[in-house]
This record gives sequence, C-alpha cells and structure tokens, in this order.
Amino acid sequence: MLNHSVFNPVSPQALSISNLFIVLMIVSLAIILLIAGVLAYTLTHYRYRAGQGEPSPAFGIVRLEVLWTAIPFVILLFVFVGTVSAMEISSPPSDNAPDHHHPDLTVIGHQWWWELHYPSGVVSANEIHIPVGKRMLVELQSVDVIHSLWVPQINGKIDLVPGQTNYMWMEADKAGTYEGTCAEYCGAAHARMRVVVIAQPQAQYLAWQRQQLASPPTAASGLAAQGAALFLHSTCLSCHATAIGPDLSHFGSRTTLAAVTLTNTPAHLAEWLHDPQAVKPGNHMPTFKLTNAQVQALTAYLESQK
Amino acid sequence: MSVRQTTPETKTPLVPELKEPLPWLNKDEGLISWVSSVDHKQIGIMYIVTSLVFFVVGGFEALLMRLQLAGPDNHLISPQAYDQIFTMHGTTMIFLVIMPMLFGFSLYFVPLMIGTNEIAYPRLNALGYWVFLFGGMVLYASFLGGGAPDAGWFAYAPLSSNFNFTANAGMNYWGVGLVTTGIGSIGTGLNLMVTILTMRAPGMTIRRLPLFVWMVFFNTILLLVAIPALNASIVMLLFDRLLHANFFEPYNGGQPLLWQHAFWTFGHPEVYILILPAWGMISEIIPVFSRRPIFGYEFVAGATISIVFLSMVVWGHHMFTAGMGHPLDIAFAISSMLIAVPTGIKVFNWTATTWGGSIRFTTAMLFALAFIVQFTIGGVTGVMFAAFPVDWQMEDSYFVVAHLHYVLMGGTAFALWAAAYYWFPKMTGKMLSEKLGRLNFWLAVVGFNLTFMVQHLLGFMGMARRVETYPNLDWWQPLNLISTIGAFILALSVLVFVWNLFVSLRHGEPAGDNPWGAWTLEWATSSPPGVHNFEQVPPVRSRRPLWDLAHPENPDWKHPEAIKGL
Repeated sequence: MLNHSVFNPVSPQALSISNLFIVLMIVSLAIILLIAGVLAYTLTHYRYRAGQGEPSPAFGIVRLEVLWTAIPFVILLFVFVGTVSAMEISSPPSDNAPDHHHPDLTVIGHQWWWELHYPSGVVSANEIHIPVGKRMLVELQSVDVIHSLWVPQINGKIDLVPGQTNYMWMEADKAGTYEGTCAEYCGAAHARMRVVVIAQPQAQYLAWQRQQLASPPTAASGLAAQGAALFLHSTCLSCHATAIGPDLSHFGSRTTLAAVTLTNTPAHLAEWLHDPQAVKPGNHMPTFKLTNAQVQALTAYLESQK
Repeated sequence: MSVRQTTPETKTPLVPELKEPLPWLNKDEGLISWVSSVDHKQIGIMYIVTSLVFFVVGGFEALLMRLQLAGPDNHLISPQAYDQIFTMHGTTMIFLVIMPMLFGFSLYFVPLMIGTNEIAYPRLNALGYWVFLFGGMVLYASFLGGGAPDAGWFAYAPLSSNFNFTANAGMNYWGVGLVTTGIGSIGTGLNLMVTILTMRAPGMTIRRLPLFVWMVFFNTILLLVAIPALNASIVMLLFDRLLHANFFEPYNGGQPLLWQHAFWTFGHPEVYILILPAWGMISEIIPVFSRRPIFGYEFVAGATISIVFLSMVVWGHHMFTAGMGHPLDIAFAISSMLIAVPTGIKVFNWTATTWGGSIRFTTAMLFALAFIVQFTIGGVTGVMFAAFPVDWQMEDSYFVVAHLHYVLMGGTAFALWAAAYYWFPKMTGKMLSEKLGRLNFWLAVVGFNLTFMVQHLLGFMGMARRVETYPNLDWWQPLNLISTIGAFILALSVLVFVWNLFVSLRHGEPAGDNPWGAWTLEWATSSPPGVHNFEQVPPVRSRRPLWDLAHPENPDWKHPEAIKGL
C-alpha cells in the first residue's frame, strides 16, 4: 500500500524525512491514545447515574498544569533537534550565493510541463533521468506561475517561483522510475502536470546522455519524411523550438507524453495530435484539426526521433 | 457636595445605557421586523441562518468535488469548472460560513453572558451583517459575471494577479467580495471588543468572564490585526490585476512571495479566528454536562492569550516550500512548535474537566467530546508541519486537506453543532430533538472520519491537492471512493440536522429558562429572551453566578479554591 509513498524512500534525503515523520507519528499516536484513553475512562466511570447528586466542584490542580505544559516543551525540543538534522540532510544549504552553485540539473516550470537542462547540454522535458547514487543539485525556476516539484520517494517538494531560484537535492540509490507531480496549484491542467524520475545505473545513464546529445536520425523518404516536412514547415516550431512547448528533438526516446499524462505509443500520440484539448484540457497547445494523413505522418516522424 | 464621587456606580460609562428603545419593529411579525432590526439577538440569528445557507452551498460544492474524484480519469466536471468550485468551496466555508456563524453566536450570547441588554453599537452591528451579506452576494454574482474565481482561496500570485493566467473576471469579484465582508468583520470585531470591555454587569470582572466571552474577546484582537492586513493585500492584488501595478509580477520587479507573506500575515491569525470562539463553546459545554467547573480556568484563559500573540508570528509555516531559506524556516518552526504547547493545555484541561464529574450524554456533549478527539488529531498533524522537512513532503498534498478539515470540520464545525444543540433552547424556547440529534451526531462522526481519515493516506502516497483528476495508481481509487462515500454520509447528517431544526422549531418541547442547569448569565433570563434581555441581572460574585444562586449552601464565592483567581 505504501510502496510509492513517502515511507518508501530511495534516497538518504527522503529517508531522513521519513524517519522524522515516523517518530512524529508515534509520538502523535501516543498523545491521541492518551486523550482518547482518559476520555474512555472518565466517560465510563463518571457517567451520570440516576439519583446521583451534583459532584463537588473542583477547580484545577496547578502541579498538573505545570506538568502538561513542561512535558510538551521537552518533546518539542527533541522534535526541533530532529527537524534541524533532517533539514541538514535533505536540503542544500541556503547561505551559498547562487554563483557558487554548479547545478547538475536545471528544472524550469511551465504551464503545464517541465523543461530540463543538463550541464552536458542535454535538453529534455518531463522525464528526469539521473544516475543512481549521485546526489544531484537541482536548480528550480519558473517562467510563468508558481509550480512545485514533488517526487515523494526522492525528496520533499520545493516550489518553482518565477523571478527566484530555488535548490533541492535529488538522489536515488535504487534504479527505478519514480512518480511525481506538480504540487502547487498552477491553473487548469495542474492535475496533468506530472513528472517521473528515471534513475539509471551510470552506464545506462551515460548511454542515454550520448543518445540525447547525438543528432536524431533523419528519414529520407516515407511517412516519417513527410512528417518531418510538416513539422518543420507548419507552425509547430514556433512553440516547440522556443520553449513555449517542450523540445521534441528526442521525443521518440521518452516513455510518456503530455507531462506524463499518457504512455508514449503511436496510438496515444495520434490521439493527442488529433485533439490535445481532449487529452489534457486547458493546455496551451491548440487543436489544429489535422487530417488523419497528417497525424500519421507526424506520429511516424516524432516516434522516429529517438 | 464638593467631594467628587468616584465610585464605580456613578462613573459615566464609556457607552451610555440606552434610555429609550431603539427603533425596532419586532411587534409586527414578519420579514420587515428582521430587515430593520438592530437587536443583537435578531442579528445573531440572521448571521447564523445566512451562514447555514452558505454552508449548504459550500457543502454542495464539496460534494461535486468528491463526485468528480470518486474515480480516476473522471470527466464529470471540466478542470476549469473544478478550479472554480474548489476556490469557491474554500472561500465560502471560511468567509461566508465559519466566520459569520461564529459571529452569530458571539453577537447573540456575549451580551447575554456578560449581563447587558444591548451591544455597544447596535447600528454598526446591523451594518456589519448587511455588508457581510452583500460581500457574499458579490462573490456569488461572479457565476453570472463570466465565471467564478479560480485561483484557490489563498490566491497565489502571479496566477491570481495576472489576467494572462486567470482570464475571467472571477478574481475581481473575489477581491471586491472579500474586502466588503472584511469591512463587516472589522466592525463586528470592534463592536464585540467594546461591548466586553465596557458593558459588563456589576460584578462581572474580567477575571470572572465566561471562557466563551474571554475567547471572543481575544478573537476580536485577532480580527482587528488580521482583517485589515487581508484587505490591504487584496487591494494590492486588485491593483495588479486592474491597473498593472506590479506588486507581485516578477518580470516587472514585483515579488510573488510578497503576496504569500501578506496573505498569510492575515491567513494564520485567521485560522485562530476560526477556532478561538469554538474553543470557547467547548469550554462552556464540557463543564455543564460534566457538572463540574472548567478545570484550570486561568490556564485555559492564559493559553488563549499566548496563542493570540504567537499566532501573529507563525505565518511562514505556510511557506516552507517557497524557498525562504533555512534561517527563516527555523524561526517559523520554533514559533509554530511553541503554539502547540498552549493548544495542548486546552485539550488537557477539557479532558480533565470530565474527571470526577457526572457526565450527561446529551447531543451537545457528544459533539463536544468528538471535538476533543478530532481536534487533537488535527492538532498533532499540525505539529508535523512545523517540523518543516515533513512539511516539504506533505505540503500541498491530501495530507494537508485532511489536517485542515480535522481542525475546521472535525473541530470548529463539531463545536458549532455542539453549540447549536446547547443554545437552540435559549434562542427559540424549544428543545432540539435528542433522537434526531443522536442520528445527526453518529452520521456526522462516521461520515466525517470516513471522508478525511483516508485522505492522510492519499497524502503519504503522493496525491497533490487541487487536482480534478488523478492517475490510477495503487490504492488511489478505493481510498478516494471511500472518501466520497463518507462525504455523502456527512451530507446526510447535515440534512438530518436541518430537518431537526425545522421539526423542533414547530413541535419541540418547551425549554424553560435553564434546561441544562447551566451556570452562566444567559440562562438567567427567559427563553427566548425579550427585547430587553434581563429584567434583573442576578448578582455576579464568581464565575458561575447561577450555581451560586442554586447552591446557597456551597457557592463558588465561598469556595477557597474558586476565589483564588477572582
């Protein structure tokens, strides 16, 4: 049940938060049980019974008050220490000037997708590839409204605020695909602004990086070539080459489309090209009323761009 | 005589006692007597009834959301409509339901509980009500004006402040509507504050105030601090939207986080505005049905003071994910953890009040007891958010939705239900049906906990709030379905309650002056009280004047422990 939850962390950062959380849960449960237990006792022992007169008044016991003021203080002191130590593990120090940072990845929030820039020159979207075991310093920005990057098994969320740069650690010590989402309400397609982190062993990660840096194959003829012509000479590039929409250079190598709304299959892509507004209502790609032939050509072209 | 008299009896009161009745048309039954009223009791009832209507509307919006979320990839409601619905649900419940409902009870009962016949400024009181109603109507007129607001109740800039992101006029209605209700709230806060300070019956010293009045008093301080901050920030937001003022617009030198600081400067005191009078209600109801005075009056009262002042310096805990930097994170974590201590004191004292009592399980008491447990659950999850690495995980997830509903629904709404069953006899002269009351209670407890308990789990699993759809991940569907079923059970309990109000108003048993054997002054007059609240206010020599009257052999003012604090 909690396989994909904050209680199944795959990084030291998420683990430190999970441990703090579990301790807080146990303490909280003890407090709730104490209150409920005392009430269960008083409600059964001191319930009114017929013919009973008024109980004699009592107005409080100062020693008890001191006790239940002091004990929470002590508990909270421990909680505070735990809080600060989890903070040190899970969050990059904030006193570093931004120019001291050399981020391993820059994530730029858009309505409603994620633009990714790696220092290696790789530009991608929505699927964050990271090498297993490396603590990545991730720089977070936004071009429009506030978004928030949250992959529960990897780390807590940090907001992407326009006009401001935030930082977070991202690490996975186990290879795998980790589901995440935009957590700050950002407009109509907020629910379909999802994200995945794909953690790969170093060799696979480097292979992925090489593939992304290479020029994608160009088809000389056939459906894919027709699609390429359509893509280059219609209006597609006015958004997809200007970061208004995601860069599609290596679209065929992605596993999902429309910010992890659908799996990337030719059928889903055709569905999307026919009517993006039906798949992800509110998103900024208009419905172009493409013909079936055009959709097939574009699908063939885009899926070939590995 | 040349000696100046300085005895309290002859000092001119700050607010003079009315010598002649205010213009008031109660004698002619019918709508006009209400519309023209400046009587604090009638206005209190008008607040309560109006907010009950808004509660039904806001509840309907909640049911629409739960229907949409009953299954994954549901297409019942479009995302644009869903965004409007959740914005209106939050805004309605906070500004048009909980606040005015608490005002209603405060305006009705504060003058009665301090033994006075009027509120300090009766006309300001009426103005406050009508301004509130007008603000609510402006907000709902947005549906006719091209679309309801859709930026969420905390309206984060630049989503809210820029027409490119929220193109319909809804947020303008939101701004104007809330500024308007805010003006009413400031007037009401001032009115209650002056009433409590200047119009108490002889003998009703500050230290003898019933805890409900005490908490309403401190609530008025919060109102006067928080609401002007809200109104100022909303005006800035409207300047941004309508005049391109760029307070919050990042690409022209503005600061999106400035809105968050400004809004939560209001927003966190607001949370306490929504709970303080509810605590006051619980502090009245638990003792009466335990047949014992409140345990540790001074500590409950003192805890209130520390909460009021701490609540003004904790707003940053809503912004831990915004990148304020570790030093500020730590500062707000400390203040937010500190506020847990006085809150805990209250819970412990309510629990201790039942110890050694003679507990009557009336519907009012059942709701109050459920309040203690549910509010405690909402309270401890609140402390988790103060431990901000946990906040980084749980902020903006369904865990927050669960937490805030445990405080405001399981807490404040249950306290309001308790208050309704407790005070309905005084307000109408009729008892509410206990049989329907029990049905109301059990449906509410089951429905509420079913709806919101599972939302904690959805938060753990990564479900973000404010989503109109979700992928079909492990367990998300069954848990959401359970939550939806719970919401409908909760709605059924509201129907039972409304039915109970109607039936009991017509056929309820006559209540008499003091059906519960309670001890505060509102029970010393007729039910319902006349235009002139009291023919004669009983002597106030302790915190429980009616106990003293009923137990001349053992009055509180002779009790060595009780007089210590007087």
